[in-house]
Amino acid sequence: MAIKVLHYGLATTVQDLGRPGYFHLGIPIGGAMDRYAMRAANLLVGNDEGAAGLEAVFMGPKLEFTEDALVAVTGADMPAKVDGEEKPGWTAFKVKAGQVLAFDFLKSGARICIAVSGGIVVPVALGSRSTYPIGALGGFEGRAIAAGDELPVGEGNLASEGKSVPEELRRMPSNPCELRVLPGLYWDRLTDAAKESFFADEWKVAPEADRMGYRFKGGRHLDFVEREQPFGAGSDPSNIVDSCYPYGSIQVPGGTEPIILHRDAVSGGGYFMLGTVISADMDLIGQLQPHTPTRFVKVDMDEALAARAERAKMLAALRESLG
Amino acid sequence: MPARYTFGGDEHLFVECSDEMSLDAFFKSLSMATGIKDSAIKGVTEICPANASLQVKFNPDIIKPDDILKEVQAIEGAAEKAEPVLTTRIVEIPVYYNDPWTHETLMRFRERHQDPTGTDLEYAARINDFSSVDDFIAAHAGAPWFVSMVGFVSGLPFMYQMVERQRQIEVPKYLRPRTDTPRLTVGYGGCFSCIYSVPGGYQMFGITPMPIFDPTQQTSYLKDFMVFFRPGDIVKFKPIDRDQYDAAVEEVDKGLFSPPIREVKFDLREFSKDIDGYNANLEGMLNGH
Repeated sequence: MAIKVLHYGLATTVQDLGRPGYFHLGIPIGGAMDRYAMRAANLLVGNDEGAAGLEAVFMGPKLEFTEDALVAVTGADMPAKVDGEEKPGWTAFKVKAGQVLAFDFLKSGARICIAVSGGIVVPVALGSRSTYPIGALGGFEGRAIAAGDELPVGEGNLASEGKSVPEELRRMPSNPCELRVLPGLYWDRLTDAAKESFFADEWKVAPEADRMGYRFKGGRHLDFVEREQPFGAGSDPSNIVDSCYPYGSIQVPGGTEPIILHRDAVSGGGYFMLGTVISADMDLIGQLQPHTPTRFVKVDMDEALAARAERAKMLAALRESLG
Repeated sequence: MPARYTFGGDEHLFVECSDEMSLDAFFKSLSMATGIKDSAIKGVTEICPANASLQVKFNPDIIKPDDILKEVQAIEGAAEKAEPVLTTRIVEIPVYYNDPWTHETLMRFRERHQDPTGTDLEYAARINDFSSVDDFIAAHAGAPWFVSMVGFVSGLPFMYQMVERQRQIEVPKYLRPRTDTPRLTVGYGGCFSCIYSVPGGYQMFGITPMPIFDPTQQTSYLKDFMVFFRPGDIVKFKPIDRDQYDAAVEEVDKGLFSPPIREVKFDLREFSKDIDGYNANLEGMLNGH
């Protein structure tokens, strides 16, 4: 069984839950930006949560199925259509051999996850099927899908048609969006005024927002505590001796535009970081469109862990509901 | 000096051994990373050593942040008492300095450079007080380098030269980054040399014929693993000319190329006593003496 790509959308990649273990060599974890949505899509069609599906940003692909399959689309609100007939989101539906799955315009959110019963079974690279285009690694030939590609699909189970994720278990960011941040790393490079304005100001998602990182603009310039730059750190006050970058860490080159590193993060570099978006809120970033107003909310470690526990509870409820 | 500990969200512990670059700080970061790996702490998912710091990714559902902090602090104590000795490998990397491809690119982006009238090599030689580009190249290819970090993007090595601080080459990055860098460029930014192929602002000195990352694993010496460099590798650059470069490229294409590699033991105390002598000895081992 295969899926024929008739149109690629905008940037559609094969993703699963990622490839941990190689960040020390500059190969990031990758995987779906909105991991919860990918898990949900897989559970809906009877797959393991870690099966590979498609992630499409802003615009859906056009796909022709060569055999019957069960499909689910989760994440952003971008209505799916099978031969022109609209299908509900967060719900498993059948696509028959020869039918074409296409998408309407994006209404809210940024990324959809498309799961197919049996999963997309491109070869596993370093333990994952996720596409890392910068390294030409994983996915379909190491790149975003293109018209003419035939995506191999595994053996699926068509039993669970009609299953749906209850409204309260669908998670999307609010507008304006709030992202919780644990200050740390090189936080003390900032002046007190900058520490305050970062959390007080409203920021907006910049057009430069992709799987590697999300840039924000609109807040006040951040000033640095004066110092003589350490040997090897570079001359700009926002420079440090090149270090690792945590996933979710927020760097602010030159003190102007914060960048949150995401699943396809560069593993390190020479910019100071003021803190890190907590793990519970990473999925939300993947659903932000450019210009979305965003506020950063300061939390401590206890709050970060409590938020993480809440996410785990929601995932457990999802599994229960679809199990 | 004790390391500084800070959390990167609820999943990363970040350890800064020093805010400035030095061989001591690098050595401590690498030793701690090795120590953490060897102690196989439950819940640790990634250990990334960097130039003068390291990062440990953990699953807080398995190990609490306070507990991983205590474990790693204990490892810091042990690492400081341990002998500063490293079993590693020394690798010879051929470099065609002043090659036509980086030259063409650097001329194209001249208006983004500190010195629009010269080349990157001329600029770097001048601000580091070398009387000629040849002398500068001789220094760059003279003493060996530690791979002090692998990353940024796939397999990119940051390298720190194994000389006293006053002999360290330092160059700023371009004023504005280039949108283009030739494949396998030997670049320089701050006090680090690197080999890279992505847009950026490192000064460009030359090019190597030797691929360092191959996700298809077709390259003969990358069949076991797609990334060539590991943190702690020692690198010696060997200047080559156009003919040698072309020959090496052909060998790479035919699957015949393999860089000279020897296993060596590095002792930071012995090294610090007589840097040039120690480096000469390393080079001797590379050449099979």
